[in-house]
Amino acid sequence: MANQTLVKMKNICMEFPGVKALDNVDFDLHEGEVHVLLGENGAGKSTLMKILCGVFKKKSGTIEYKGEVVDIKDVHKAQEIGISIIYQELNLIPYLTVAENIFIGRQPMHNGMVNWNKMYEDADKILKSLHVDINPRAKILDLGIAQQQMVEVAKATSVKADVLIMDEPTSALTEKEIKELFRTMHTLKKSGVGIIYISHRLEEIKEVGDRATILRDGKYIDTIEFKDGVVDLDNIIKLMVGRDLVSKFPPKDTTIGEEIFRVENISSKGLLKNCSFNVKSGEILGVAGLMGAGRTELMRAVTGADKKESGEVFIRGEKVEIKNFGDAVDNHIAYLSEDRKGQGLVLLFDVKQNITLANLDRIKKNGLLNLSKEKKDAAELVEALNIKTPSIRQKVRNLSGGNQQKVVVAKWLYTECDILIFDEPTRGIDVGAKVEIYKLMLELAKRGKAIIMISSELPEILGMSDRIVVMHEGEISGELSIEEADQVKILYLATGGK
Amino acid sequence: MLAKREKVARVKKEREFKISEYFVVFGLIVMCILISIFRPVFFTPRNIINVLLQISINGVIAIGLTMVIITGGIDLSVGSVIALAGVTMGLLTDAFGAENPATAFICIVAALIIGTLAGMINGLFITKGKLPPFIATLGMMSIARGLALTISGGKGVAPLPKLIQTLGGTGIIYIPIIVMGCVYIIAWWLLRYTKLGRNTYAIGGNNEAAILSGINVPITTIKVYSISGLCCGIASILLVGRLNTAQPTAGIGYELDAIAATVIGGTSMTGGEGKIVGTFIGALIIGVLRNGLNLLNVSSYLQQVVIGLVIIVAVMSDTIRDKK
Repeated sequence: MANQTLVKMKNICMEFPGVKALDNVDFDLHEGEVHVLLGENGAGKSTLMKILCGVFKKKSGTIEYKGEVVDIKDVHKAQEIGISIIYQELNLIPYLTVAENIFIGRQPMHNGMVNWNKMYEDADKILKSLHVDINPRAKILDLGIAQQQMVEVAKATSVKADVLIMDEPTSALTEKEIKELFRTMHTLKKSGVGIIYISHRLEEIKEVGDRATILRDGKYIDTIEFKDGVVDLDNIIKLMVGRDLVSKFPPKDTTIGEEIFRVENISSKGLLKNCSFNVKSGEILGVAGLMGAGRTELMRAVTGADKKESGEVFIRGEKVEIKNFGDAVDNHIAYLSEDRKGQGLVLLFDVKQNITLANLDRIKKNGLLNLSKEKKDAAELVEALNIKTPSIRQKVRNLSGGNQQKVVVAKWLYTECDILIFDEPTRGIDVGAKVEIYKLMLELAKRGKAIIMISSELPEILGMSDRIVVMHEGEISGELSIEEADQVKILYLATGGK
Repeated sequence: MLAKREKVARVKKEREFKISEYFVVFGLIVMCILISIFRPVFFTPRNIINVLLQISINGVIAIGLTMVIITGGIDLSVGSVIALAGVTMGLLTDAFGAENPATAFICIVAALIIGTLAGMINGLFITKGKLPPFIATLGMMSIARGLALTISGGKGVAPLPKLIQTLGGTGIIYIPIIVMGCVYIIAWWLLRYTKLGRNTYAIGGNNEAAILSGINVPITTIKVYSISGLCCGIASILLVGRLNTAQPTAGIGYELDAIAATVIGGTSMTGGEGKIVGTFIGALIIGVLRNGLNLLNVSSYLQQVVIGLVIIVAVMSDTIRDKK
């Protein structure tokens, strides 16, 4: 406690229409520490941080910065006093270069003109200090998600920030990149920067955290100090969800039946090479692989969202033609994209409209939409899937990530699909909601649906799958039964067996 | 418990509805009251019918345009398509004779087909040709205008059959108002109760999600632009009927008035949001403003300034409210 207190937030309250987002929350941050902020989705973590960096206006409460009460009225003010944030969603301009993005709004000038050489040199220096190998002249749209994330980190650290907020920075990073990020965080810590760290990956906080504050339903629950790296994760989870979690992965009692879905020799230009797999009724097929291995691309090709060069798709042994996504829907195939907000939901629509989106025919009566049937059916699904929403008329953009994911599941259940392809179903979703999604997947399997699950989290793959296929550079590099699979074998196949 | 929550949500929703949707209605009422105070003649049945008659053409165009804008697109070709459909009617009247009872029907069918076809071609350019709607309809704006001038030799064509004049409001003044009302009711119903209507919103709300929900986005887009064209066909009948002459230069700048009515009515230019009732009110605001300013002897030059300001204030109040 010898370190100076950088930020002290007291009795912070915040309301959204109909929701009390924050209720008398306290939070503080010392110099040179990593303070982890924990809580389920919708617990108020992001809201609290958005207040600190001037995006939202608090309803009541005080913020002290370095001992003085400050009024952070907008984002500029926050930056001015030294508070920087990296959002979960990346905020980069795709058509500009890495260096331009890092120095956006504060380019080094020379005689009233941008000093391009200096800008590229400085950017290079910053990237080198982070140990990342990115060309500062590269355009953002040519980079992968993980690299873009590193650019965001570079951008945030390039301003002289005393407080750095990181909202789930690792959700799209590989192990190696996460290690690099942690190293960078360590360097920043040593130089006296206070870091507020939001993450759903509880394993990580052991490595980086000094303290953790837990929020639940907009309320402050507890702050825990990690002494000598001892972290009681079970206790933390208990505090987060407010109940004991027996196991992350619910027990299985599914029976595997006949083959429902089979694809053979799917290829597409430069991406996929002769991919074949099948999945049976009641089975969960895990698809593992490193980022960029072509897992999403394979599923998009199979469902007709992208063009495939060759390959055949069979449903219950019969060959089907899938030219576009409409054909996939007609054949009872559902694809739940990893990008829920961008590709899964119409955020301007309310819950019921999103649920019926893929199967409006089901509420048609004499050619017209039967709005009362829509309400009734949507309400049933909301109830069945335990979607937490004030009303089926609530716009989905106001729901938390886990509930949004459930709306997407509801949408596909409404199409009476037999084959569900989940692409990273729990990305950005908190522990409690994750378990609910797992339960939901098992329930679907129990009802005889065939489930394909792409996941980058190995515990998830091992905990949920009945069988696992591993992809490497656009090819299926191996198949493992759940009995023989372990992390080492999967990684071996995912890296091309080297 | 659930029922209670539902009720709370409904109350909340209604409150939201009042603030955001009735803002323009409130503006309209204030405007009417102010004008009535200074010029009592404004609030006479005769003048009100006059206003409705004046907005009927713009009102009908704005319906199609609203649907197009909800998909996230734009249709700049409306004015030119109206001119093309108009001169075609004029030339057909010339060919078949104004006294021939079949001529009017031929004219009406031709106008509706030309409008729909032009819209369909817009839709094809956008979906199959992968053109941005702005470019595709900018092209059509020039093409349709050029065709109208070519087939008419650049001159106005008159007269038109009696029935078309009647539809334009000659004799029975209410007819264009009734036509407009019918089109509004159909469009409202279409957007609310049909799959096409729902998909129109879905495409504008999130194109990618619409595709990944199995919605046939190209077909829906083509249909929406065809409807916009059809509305132009209907508007052209009202226009040439009222003037009893078809000018190839008619309809210049109509797209701007229709866009104005749409955005004043609360439709978002980025798509996904918008209400047909709002568009009607938007068209009404422009009409009342023009009429009121005329009664107040404000010059037509200055009127343009005022209308421009109203568009900006209306949309600005919308975005400011959104931020809150």
